[in-house]
Amino acid sequence: MPEVPQFTKIQELIYELPIERVMKKNVITVSPETSILELKETLRINRISGAPVLDNGRLVGIISIEDLLKALLEGDLHSPVRKRMTTHPITVLEKESVVEAVKKFSQHKVGRLLVVNEQGDLVGILTGGDITRGLLEAISLDYHAEEVRRYRASHIFEDIVSDQTSLLLKYKVQAHDFKSGGTASSKLKRALERLGCAPDTVRRVAISAYEAEMNLIIHADQGGEVIAELRPERIRLTFVDRGPGIPDVEKALSPGFSTAPNWIRELGFGAGMGLNNIKRCADSMKLESKVGHGTRLEIIIYLRPELGEEFNPLKRNPQESS
Amino acid sequence: MANIAHLLGPVELETVKLKEIINTVEGTLLTKQLKQDLDIKTCGAADLMSDALSLMKPGSLLITGLVNLQSIRTAEMADLAAIIFVRGKIPGPDAIDLANELGIPLIASHIGMYELCGRLYKAGLVPTMH
Repeated sequence: MPEVPQFTKIQELIYELPIERVMKKNVITVSPETSILELKETLRINRISGAPVLDNGRLVGIISIEDLLKALLEGDLHSPVRKRMTTHPITVLEKESVVEAVKKFSQHKVGRLLVVNEQGDLVGILTGGDITRGLLEAISLDYHAEEVRRYRASHIFEDIVSDQTSLLLKYKVQAHDFKSGGTASSKLKRALERLGCAPDTVRRVAISAYEAEMNLIIHADQGGEVIAELRPERIRLTFVDRGPGIPDVEKALSPGFSTAPNWIRELGFGAGMGLNNIKRCADSMKLESKVGHGTRLEIIIYLRPELGEEFNPLKRNPQESS
Repeated sequence: MANIAHLLGPVELETVKLKEIINTVEGTLLTKQLKQDLDIKTCGAADLMSDALSLMKPGSLLITGLVNLQSIRTAEMADLAAIIFVRGKIPGPDAIDLANELGIPLIASHIGMYELCGRLYKAGLVPTMH
């Protein structure tokens, strides 16, 4: 793991994580009339080093083990907490982010902060240790979610040994279903992300699949299919339909040529740029069509391992031909 | 004098926060309160989704008058950061739901395309299209 992204992740969390997520909720409190002797027992039994002082539920101060030690040294064991407590405890709001607490810790040099809600009621207590623990938990949760996402998908390949392994994904596209336009490409995009494909490659596949999916919706009168074949070195996308077919393939490929009706243009498509876009994203493209039979568009996008782009799961296959 | 700009390495572009952008265009956020601190560098305007798909860099802001589901899909496929709808147009609930699901902020502004582009250009967003 490189160190820099880890660092920014923590920075991000400090700003995102609310104090209520990391604070201790069951706060042990004492009343202003509690004696120093009773306080000593409370701190000892609960193994804590300080406690907020509540007067009928209202926060009036805080008393720490240092205050207790001073009282013990002076033999002042029977006076009430009220006489020894700090009256203006430093508080933070439960909804504020952890960064606010970090600021207050360094500003006031205190060991604990009292957490209050907007009405000023005490809802929790926070130490530096709570923040560290909360951040570590959040990071490990995040990391775990990422792990699960990536590796569950790749497990399919781990035990499979063959001379050539590929994964075939097929999506159906309904004719003229403009509302659902993009759902097939969206699913394909997510699948590639889960397989650990590089963002640039995912984007090229998503854009070309989306343009071709829209073409199927606009033109193919019985709908069609999107087929993605994934191999360690490349992705092949095939779009097939059963008509009406393109009379002049050459012409269909020229930028700006379109047979789409006006209502499609009003929806932001059909300007005759789709096939050109696909061509720009692809490493190779082949368009075949026969009027009355259908159209088949095939594009290939190569992964670029020299740039660190590869399908790790497929690449791991030890039988890979050399 | 020879142009030495290429020797200086990539220029660090200035970024504008999403919440500043919303203020600049007097806009309303239509999606959940997410990513207000998102840094955006580049921006483009298009009503033709193929233009947005082919010309816009990932992470760019899309300005459009097109309020159907396809503008959201376009942002998804091209990894665009957010969308501003001009001249008081508001997408339907299905488009807003999809944007929430995908985490793409949508902003509605009453300002027209020409003026809105001018304001954001002045605010420091760089053209994404070339």
